[in-house]
Amino acid sequence: MKGLIFERSVPRFLAARVVANLAGSGRGAAVGPLRLTDLSEPDPPGPEWQHVQPLMSGICGSDLATIDGASSRYFEGLVSMPFVPGHEVVGVLSGQVTTAGRSGLSGAPTGSGPAKRVVVEPVLACAARGLDPPCAACRAGRTGRCERVAVGHLAPGLQIGYCSDTGGGWSAAGLVAHSSQIHPVPDELSDEDAVMVEPAACAIHAVLSSTARAGADILVVGAGTIGLLVVAALRHLVDPRSVTVGARYEHQRALALDLGADTAVPGEELGRAARRRSASFVTSRHLSSGADVVFDCVGSAASITQSISLVRPGGDVVLLGMPSSVRLDLAPLWHREVRMAGAYAYGTEETPDGPRRTFDIALELAGSLGLGRLVSARYPIERFEDALAHAGDAGRRGAVKIVFDLAGGGRREPARAATDLNGPAT
Amino acid sequence: MSPRPGFVLEVDRSTPPALFWHGEGFRLEQLPPGRSRIVYPPEPLEAAPDPAGAIRRALDNPLGDCEPLSAQLRPGMKLTIAFDDVSLPLPPMRRPDVRQLVIEEVLELAARAGVDDVVLVAALALHRRMTEPELRHALGDRIYDAFAPHGLLVQHDAEDPSELVYLGSTDEGEDVELNKRAATSDLLVYVNINLVAMDGGHKSVATGLASYRSIRHHHNPETMRRSKSFMDMHRSELHTSNWRMGRLIARSGVKVFQIETTLNTNTFPEQFRFLERREWEWTLRDRLSFLGTSGALERMPDRLRRRMFHSIRAPHAMTSVQAGEVEAVHSSTLAHVLAQQLVEVEGQTDILTMGLPYICPYNVDSIMNPILVACLGLGYLFNMYRNKPLVREGGVLVLSHPTPWAFHPGHHPSYIDFFEHVLAESTDPLQVAKHELAYATDPWYVHLYRTGHAYHGVHPFYMWYWCAHALEHLGGVVVVGGNPAAVRRLGFTPASTLEDALELAAAITGPSPTITHLHSPPLLMAEVT
Repeated sequence: MKGLIFERSVPRFLAARVVANLAGSGRGAAVGPLRLTDLSEPDPPGPEWQHVQPLMSGICGSDLATIDGASSRYFEGLVSMPFVPGHEVVGVLSGQVTTAGRSGLSGAPTGSGPAKRVVVEPVLACAARGLDPPCAACRAGRTGRCERVAVGHLAPGLQIGYCSDTGGGWSAAGLVAHSSQIHPVPDELSDEDAVMVEPAACAIHAVLSSTARAGADILVVGAGTIGLLVVAALRHLVDPRSVTVGARYEHQRALALDLGADTAVPGEELGRAARRRSASFVTSRHLSSGADVVFDCVGSAASITQSISLVRPGGDVVLLGMPSSVRLDLAPLWHREVRMAGAYAYGTEETPDGPRRTFDIALELAGSLGLGRLVSARYPIERFEDALAHAGDAGRRGAVKIVFDLAGGGRREPARAATDLNGPAT
Repeated sequence: MSPRPGFVLEVDRSTPPALFWHGEGFRLEQLPPGRSRIVYPPEPLEAAPDPAGAIRRALDNPLGDCEPLSAQLRPGMKLTIAFDDVSLPLPPMRRPDVRQLVIEEVLELAARAGVDDVVLVAALALHRRMTEPELRHALGDRIYDAFAPHGLLVQHDAEDPSELVYLGSTDEGEDVELNKRAATSDLLVYVNINLVAMDGGHKSVATGLASYRSIRHHHNPETMRRSKSFMDMHRSELHTSNWRMGRLIARSGVKVFQIETTLNTNTFPEQFRFLERREWEWTLRDRLSFLGTSGALERMPDRLRRRMFHSIRAPHAMTSVQAGEVEAVHSSTLAHVLAQQLVEVEGQTDILTMGLPYICPYNVDSIMNPILVACLGLGYLFNMYRNKPLVREGGVLVLSHPTPWAFHPGHHPSYIDFFEHVLAESTDPLQVAKHELAYATDPWYVHLYRTGHAYHGVHPFYMWYWCAHALEHLGGVVVVGGNPAAVRRLGFTPASTLEDALELAAAITGPSPTITHLHSPPLLMAEVT
């Protein structure tokens, strides 16, 4: 069965970096370590594992960074090669779990019967790695912070899609997932809605673990998929006084407003919009007051610098965009006592109703907001170079989320038509 | 030979292309023959001989119920001399500036009378503060060096509550709040340059030395819509309001001695002589000068081109000076302004075209940003009429200007926000006005106005209100050669060429529209019959 595999090859890695630098994000696929090949189904590593046949699998920014040779060397010890990329997955179970899901976690389907649609929570934490007792983070439900993603009976890999033992979403051969990672998809969700659950969970976790609260003034830097989902999460889970978004492209601004932003402006106007909102003075290019929380959904040196300049003294900058090596002047961060924190993945969130799995909240949000409308184009796996180029240039081409369509003839029709804003869908 | 009056040329097949200003450059445009005409300004009037003598005579022979200035000066009195700011004249005139000539004579009389409490105040209203070179240019080095180092040359600060005094409100409920030094002086001498018919009169003090609390009563969309035009004080609600305020100021005991001057339209130096000539009268030297200038400008970087134009000093000459009681003085002043600028034009047109130059009152040594482009075209030049607009109701205004999406961040900080934020929501002046208070009271803009060289936060709103009458009157506005995104943000239609613009305009006016081109500057005011 056809699938994409990412192999260790220093020359190809360097070639991908050069080509991506010259031709643009996503173009590294043509020359890099990613190749289309025949793959067989991965073997379940243990009895609580199940095979998932992907229906749809998304392409995210971290995938593009990996394929373009642009990701941080920090991850070298946290992945194992060769691996099949793809961690934003909606699929169907093609086997049976042998025991019930873990207590306190989302119930995995059990017993025999027709194939159920599921989404995969890809973090390979202690439970999936067979580590008992689990680490302190996993005990607290904060699986995104698992301390042992490189140990246990699995090869290193912080997520499915970066681990040589599990397979990944970009393959018709599918993947294997532990029962703790499997979440049933309600029937009312389309496949497009469901494929947005994983990135939505990232955004929800970033919002709910931040200091963003009702009455706060919030800025969101960048309005790609994650930026837009942060806007949705803010408006529907926190309801701040204001959400102001800096977005490069007009369709992003329109979607941001639709998802709950109060103001959406081109990125270069964000500073002035933030100043007006806070009636700030400007000193050394920094606002005297500024936003309570800034969500940086880009992860570049420029965006982080901008975020620090626009947050109020004592405020918080939350990094969602995956940064790599960047050069920053941290003097204002120090002087203004700004707190900067990363926001990675998901786990369990504290809510007014008690602790809830982030994926459960994301499934609700994906359905209620119809997040599948952010899926702009679907590609067959054979056209992976086109798909990745489209994803790498999504903003300019009027797109948001690009996905691989692995359903063949058996895929469920979406409840809503996908927002095919541009480009060749299947 | 006496200067020739203004002139309306009917365009035929033999008419040479007409000159259009285009920001920091020019275009020659062929207008459609048989249905186009060009309105040319009158030639510059003769300068008043012996300007200093004319000023002395005016001070000694005041108009209206008013004693000669010398009779009003006495030892121990508190004298304030206010003067028009950098927005006048345009372009800045060659030294000596007429303000310097007038103030030197006033100071001479004050010295003779033994007045030693004298303060000069730049009447900024809500404009940007003048720089030292600008003050030196307007007043001369001698006055500057005698007053500025001692803190006796100040710039009106409309945001300093300790330097403002509330005089009351008019019968219409308009608050009058003025510069305290000026309002509490024994005598306030106001020195004006009356470049266009809108300037001067009670507006000098009631606006130039007032605060936002006062100015908001007449700088608003409703007032501007009821000013048809604001260049004609008898049909201008803007002036009616200022006159009410001026009379209240007089009743409050503020004694104003008004000195108004008029200039001729000798606007550009010798190397730009072709700008003041009618195209069919261009000599070989004019043609070569046009070609050489245009060629050089095309090759210049934007910054250098801007610097070159803003270094122009106009050879304006004073044509009259009158002093005394405000209303009597202004009546005489207006007669002189109109004698220079009025051109009779028969009937309205379907399409009015105009080339906009590099400068307006609010971008001296600065960038002509899109809001100022709109204000110059739809505010100032559209309103240069008496009786009825040059263009008919529902007609189209075609402007030629590059309209760059560019702003001077030091001079126009609130303009940037206004353009990005307010105009992005609506271009309707009434809708726009909903944001006014937030901008007027924004502490950052207040800070920049008071300490830097920024226009007040509310100023871009006023520029937009200046367009209110035209926006209501016109069926459309087309901008030739402008930045399309900036033009659209203004709510106007971009066009690459004049031909395209006329086609777009004809879609609004109907086929074969009549066209009138306003060949200005030099300034002219149309008397439309």
